[in-house]
Amino acid sequence: MRLIVPLQGVVQGRGGIILGSIIPCALFYFLQFYLKRHRSLPPTNPTLPSTSSGNLSELQRCSSRANLLPRGSTVRVRVSARASSIAKPNDSPYYIGLDRVREDPYDEMSNPDGVIQLGLSENRLSLDMIEKWLSENLSISMLGLGGDGLGISGIATYQPMDGLMELKVAMAGFMTEVMGRTVSFDPSQVVLTSGATPALEILSFCLADQGNAFLVPAPYYPGFDRDIKWRAGVELIPVHCRSCDNFTLSIAALEQAYNQARKRGQKVRGILISNPSNPVGNLLNKDMLYDLLDFARDLNIHIISDEIFAGSTYGNEEFVSMAEIIDSEDADKDRVHIIYGMSKDFSVPGFRVGVLYSFNENVLAASRKLSRFSSVSTPTQQLLVSVLSDTNFTQEYIKTNKQRIRSMYNLFVAGLRELGLKCTESNEGLYSWVDMSRLISPYSEKGELDLWDKLLNVAKINVTPGSACHCIEPGWFRFCYTTLNEKGIPIVVDRIRKVVERCKPTVLKL
Amino acid sequence: MAIEIEKPRVSLSKVALSETHGEDSPYFAGWKAYDENPYDELNNPSGVIQMGLAENQLAANSGRSSTSSFRENALFQDYHGLQSFRKAMASFMEQIRGGRAKFDPDRIVITAGATAANELLTFILADPGDALLIPTPYYPGFDRDLRWRTGVNIIPVHCQSSNNFEISPQALEAAYNEAESKNIKVKGLLITNPSNPLGATIKRSNLQKILKFVTCKNIHLISDEIYSGSSFSCDEFVSISQILAEQNYKDSERVHVVYSLSKDLGLPGFRVGTIYSYNDDVVRTARRMSSFTLISSQTQQLLASMLSDKRFTENYIRVNRERLKKRYEMIIDGLRNAGISCLNGNAGLFCWMNLSSLLLEPTMECELELWKLILYEVRLNISPGSSCHCLEPGWFRVCFANMNEKTLEIALSRIHDFMDRMRKVKISLQ
Repeated sequence: MRLIVPLQGVVQGRGGIILGSIIPCALFYFLQFYLKRHRSLPPTNPTLPSTSSGNLSELQRCSSRANLLPRGSTVRVRVSARASSIAKPNDSPYYIGLDRVREDPYDEMSNPDGVIQLGLSENRLSLDMIEKWLSENLSISMLGLGGDGLGISGIATYQPMDGLMELKVAMAGFMTEVMGRTVSFDPSQVVLTSGATPALEILSFCLADQGNAFLVPAPYYPGFDRDIKWRAGVELIPVHCRSCDNFTLSIAALEQAYNQARKRGQKVRGILISNPSNPVGNLLNKDMLYDLLDFARDLNIHIISDEIFAGSTYGNEEFVSMAEIIDSEDADKDRVHIIYGMSKDFSVPGFRVGVLYSFNENVLAASRKLSRFSSVSTPTQQLLVSVLSDTNFTQEYIKTNKQRIRSMYNLFVAGLRELGLKCTESNEGLYSWVDMSRLISPYSEKGELDLWDKLLNVAKINVTPGSACHCIEPGWFRFCYTTLNEKGIPIVVDRIRKVVERCKPTVLKL
Repeated sequence: MAIEIEKPRVSLSKVALSETHGEDSPYFAGWKAYDENPYDELNNPSGVIQMGLAENQLAANSGRSSTSSFRENALFQDYHGLQSFRKAMASFMEQIRGGRAKFDPDRIVITAGATAANELLTFILADPGDALLIPTPYYPGFDRDLRWRTGVNIIPVHCQSSNNFEISPQALEAAYNEAESKNIKVKGLLITNPSNPLGATIKRSNLQKILKFVTCKNIHLISDEIYSGSSFSCDEFVSISQILAEQNYKDSERVHVVYSLSKDLGLPGFRVGTIYSYNDDVVRTARRMSSFTLISSQTQQLLASMLSDKRFTENYIRVNRERLKKRYEMIIDGLRNAGISCLNGNAGLFCWMNLSSLLLEPTMECELELWKLILYEVRLNISPGSSCHCLEPGWFRVCFANMNEKTLEIALSRIHDFMDRMRKVKISLQ
């Protein structure tokens, strides 16, 4: 098992082309090149986030505008109200942390003091298997040339915006496999989008109007705020889960949240669940899924089930998809919609491949049209058709991937135990939900963010604080460990130790 | 006896149910007719020939397979986009403009196609209920792309055949005033240069007037330059970026350029679009919003490789232009022989054909009757001017770059025969 440790670029290199085969050493050099591009540039303006553009010296701004306009007028053309609020610097720790890693990424050799990324739920453990497959099948998979592939004329021209039928078929097959073969996914219900992010946004546009709301169990993935609220204008009402219940969702809590929303005059159009859940790492069992369906039916609302981590389970519990709960004859199928993608289970977030799966014909019709704004690039579709159609490979991949996640999880949890830290009992995901509440002072969001800041700037590890995930109890952090290799774990543990030792434990929570 | 009770259907949003996708227009009906009965030289010689799709298949073979290092590429989901790709795009855009404008790779925001770029800019520049001015005739897809999810309106700036459909300051003022009278806030002007469906570039003097207009009104200017590499000669096309460069980028923060590889490179399936903005806030916001519409890193990698091969791109741009020009001349000659005149064109994958003399009355209804006749009888899919919001009935957009020469010849001969029949009918009526 060969894993990649993020390497820090050494010198400024030219951003040129990389031709090479998929062999380990070429990989090594390419990674250096990749990271060279992401070396930190000193921010041009301290008040702007570091994601602002770097070198603008080529464009000279003329100061003669003042000469043209009447004195005293500063006529600046406006952007929309929506854009103004977006243009403000990201103040969420979730995004700040990601930026920091980009500026100063850890590298075993060249930047051992750099920031280690534990805030991005990415799986790097199993890419070598995909790489190997490609190197053995390259001529067929790249661009679909050769054999009876589509050829450049086929993939270059306009294709259905919601994806090639061949990929829908392959994807439906892969989803069936990943989710345990207990339910069969129908290709005609698949809409392909450039990532799960637009799939979720498209669903929001389809299921709710501006100002309506979805109930969402909290803590939840920080990206939901952007995906659902931003352009679609749908509110998210958190339904708080607590550590005493191991952060399990309860129908009673959902009911309470719904009633409170009604009192406020907010129209709830659906429930958004992530199963397996992010950031906690829980699975929803069959009973809970049936209860959720009953709840949704009583209120006549939708259920969106984000199942993007379905294949990243490694515990003893079996994953159950919402699709399994819906019988094909069931009238309730119109209210169930599933999100999936290739970014987590298959480790190819860069390829931008997401799935919107629905049983509702109206939603499918609208989504197929809306997918034109977020279509998957055809060469990538072609590549995936090839890989996913090799079911021997995909089965092997899924199995091995799970084993590797499990072993990293064990290593990581053992490391946490050394530090006296606990995390929730987890069955899945690429992360651990860790309780550091006795280390924060005060026992509040402020205390949590202070600790987060120390972890980022002193320990130099990027983790996601619970407050960014709308967790109601302060002091919980999400640690993604599948971006590391085995060597990385002791380093991370060491760094956490430095910070932990400096924190005085607060009064024990009862 | 069981009584069936109808369960209440779970409801959908207004957006999902709305008609603003605009897909009921003849523009799309024509495609449907083609889909149901497509022309094939051998198997279906009497099928519908597609001339309603602006796709360039004349492009020199631009496919270059590039074995790339898989892993980092697979993990790369940064919404900044691969720097190598942005650099290559910037340089390609410069080459198309003959080096007369410079593009900073850090101002390039990537999107999955120009469709997404235009929608994104609309979200950013205008609020629901606001409007964008768009000169007519315009690309039918704008009705859907710019309005559907954004809630923004389009106010047409009507252009006339009397001055070759050029955008005049008077027309701009008239449209702006119309919006004001309806209490609608105009947030920007969107021009397509070279124009779709006219197949002509915007004159330098008109661009300057347009810039003056938007500056005076303090609104944005979106210049969709998706056909910039499809002008028949390098000198014919003047980009707004050149005008800005010449005036030292004064007032440039209101200008945003949209580009894509779907037309110039004939790669619409790849889904590659860009926004180039001179406004830092817009760049920053667009970049964030591009999370909904990123380009596959694999595709970025492939194209970075291809577009940074300057020898290849220079040759490609030149040869593509020559082929388009040749094809344009072929169709113009063919149409002239059939007694049909077209607007003088110098760019694009289509020509703007004048059939107004065939209309019994100068109305949209007559135009649609003629269009149906041509679609179902002559079996050519061309796009009626009304679907492009052209004020004057009788104009049609005819695409010529998405077929081989033989097919075009057949299309021309069908038109020739059709015109013959129409003339005979006219004579017999007199």
